[in-house]
Amino acid sequence: MSDGALVLGIETSCDETGVGIVRGTTLLANAVASSVEEHARFGGVVPEVASRAHLDAMVPAIRRALDDASVTWRDVDAIAVTAGPGLAGALLVGVAAAKAYSIALGKPLYGVNHLSAHVAVDVLEHGPLPEPCVALLVSGGHSSLLLVSDLTRDVRPLGATVDDAAGEAFDKVARVLGLPFPGGPHIDRVAGDGDAALVSFPRGKADDGTLDFSFSGLKTAVARWVEARERAGLPIPVADVAASFQEAVVDVLTTKAIVACRSHGVDYLLIGGGVAANSRLRALAEQRCAAAGIRLRVPRPGLCTDNGAMVAALGALLVEAGRPASSLDLPADSSLPITEVLV
Amino acid sequence: MLLLAFDTATAAITVALHDGSHVLEERTVIDGRRHGELLGPGIAHVLATAGASASDLTGIAVGVGPGPFTGLRVGLMTARAMADALSIPVTGICTLDIVAAAVVSADPFLVATDARRREVYWATYDASGVRTEGPHVDRPVDVDWTGPAYGAGALMYRETFVSARRPDLPEAGVLARMVAAGTAGGVAELPVEPLYLRRPDAVEPAARKAVTPV
Repeated sequence: MSDGALVLGIETSCDETGVGIVRGTTLLANAVASSVEEHARFGGVVPEVASRAHLDAMVPAIRRALDDASVTWRDVDAIAVTAGPGLAGALLVGVAAAKAYSIALGKPLYGVNHLSAHVAVDVLEHGPLPEPCVALLVSGGHSSLLLVSDLTRDVRPLGATVDDAAGEAFDKVARVLGLPFPGGPHIDRVAGDGDAALVSFPRGKADDGTLDFSFSGLKTAVARWVEARERAGLPIPVADVAASFQEAVVDVLTTKAIVACRSHGVDYLLIGGGVAANSRLRALAEQRCAAAGIRLRVPRPGLCTDNGAMVAALGALLVEAGRPASSLDLPADSSLPITEVLV
Repeated sequence: MLLLAFDTATAAITVALHDGSHVLEERTVIDGRRHGELLGPGIAHVLATAGASASDLTGIAVGVGPGPFTGLRVGLMTARAMADALSIPVTGICTLDIVAAAVVSADPFLVATDARRREVYWATYDASGVRTEGPHVDRPVDVDWTGPAYGAGALMYRETFVSARRPDLPEAGVLARMVAAGTAGGVAELPVEPLYLRRPDAVEPAARKAVTPV
């Protein structure tokens, strides 16, 4: 059969309760319940609030995904679940649910790496992954460059942020500018009308010869600039500051991603994670990849943010590759290394 | 009837299987940090040892706390998911009631478990074992009780609960017998909702602090 294993994937590493179903590389369902509104007034994700929400959202999300996919549990070949990295208590709810369905229904269980799943999701939209490829993963919790030689067994870290994640910088700068949480979509929206050249904010670690990132200094530079204006009694050009900040982030992300491709002789760049939904990142990556002769793959925004379909997609690749299922004592590992695709 | 019972609201990860007349298997591991790793294998173990399959189950009983949140949720999520998968009913029981059901006392008594942060989850019972107050979460010194006390939370704070004694932790075999006997046995059945008793630790941020020195 050419259409592959039917896998149900569960994702609870942060504030999204995601349940997705795939058949091989075909997306059948992607049910996501988010607790983001419950976190907004705290200005960031509160782990205990997220964990409580996962417990209540899980069974309805499972039912909705089965319903959307028009399949029953009888049709499901395997269950995949995010084992890490992520918020420990939140991960544990998804892992407990996956084990419970696995035991109750006798289905094999695959505990998978959240970051690898962000890469795997692209097969649902653009077909088999060209390997090797470089993956740039950018979200509220991660900013990493990976060399993917074989997504089911060989993923190596090339660089990562040394302080804040890119998405975290978006949240913090949004707060400085009086924009709501989560900051990413709001900055993207207001930056559309702004002048990205108004302020040349620092590009952290841009020329340090590594493939690491730093966004903490950038966030502070934006705050200083805004505070100086406020003290001088001047209005804050929110759109221009947002655009200038966003340009600094996406400039350094895309520059280093292309350096990573060139230095490893790789022709394909894949961008994933919640920040990959940013319109300016997508546009600049496209432009720079075209100039560098690198083929770019970015999943559509709905597949970039955390979801269960990405977990299911990676699960299906692991089943296809004949990798052994996880054992029932599978732990949730909040700092699961990127090199461990399957736990 | 084949009832699967478990509780993860204390340091005990305790699992039992009951056939309607007897507890067939019981397995308890004490490890307050690994509920998520130990519950699944515990369930698989009691089923395999009894020669049963999950599809034979006719019901689930789960301790709904109060208890430390992370471990408690492992039990609740497992119960809800297995019940959903197998289309079988699930019954919630207060974890303190499970400890109380193993107590033999001629007088009213208190049960307390460890709530961490130097507090206890507690409830009081009459001599017949019916809960009369609680569950609550408090510092031991704030619990006004001088009578007999049971449970790990009482044993931890003997300066307050001077008569503290075992049982210390809930046993799934006891839980299974309670639920198998049903409400006719005087069991207080609860919805399959965690008894958190505390709000999440989260404070709304104050005004943003300036990064520039004044």
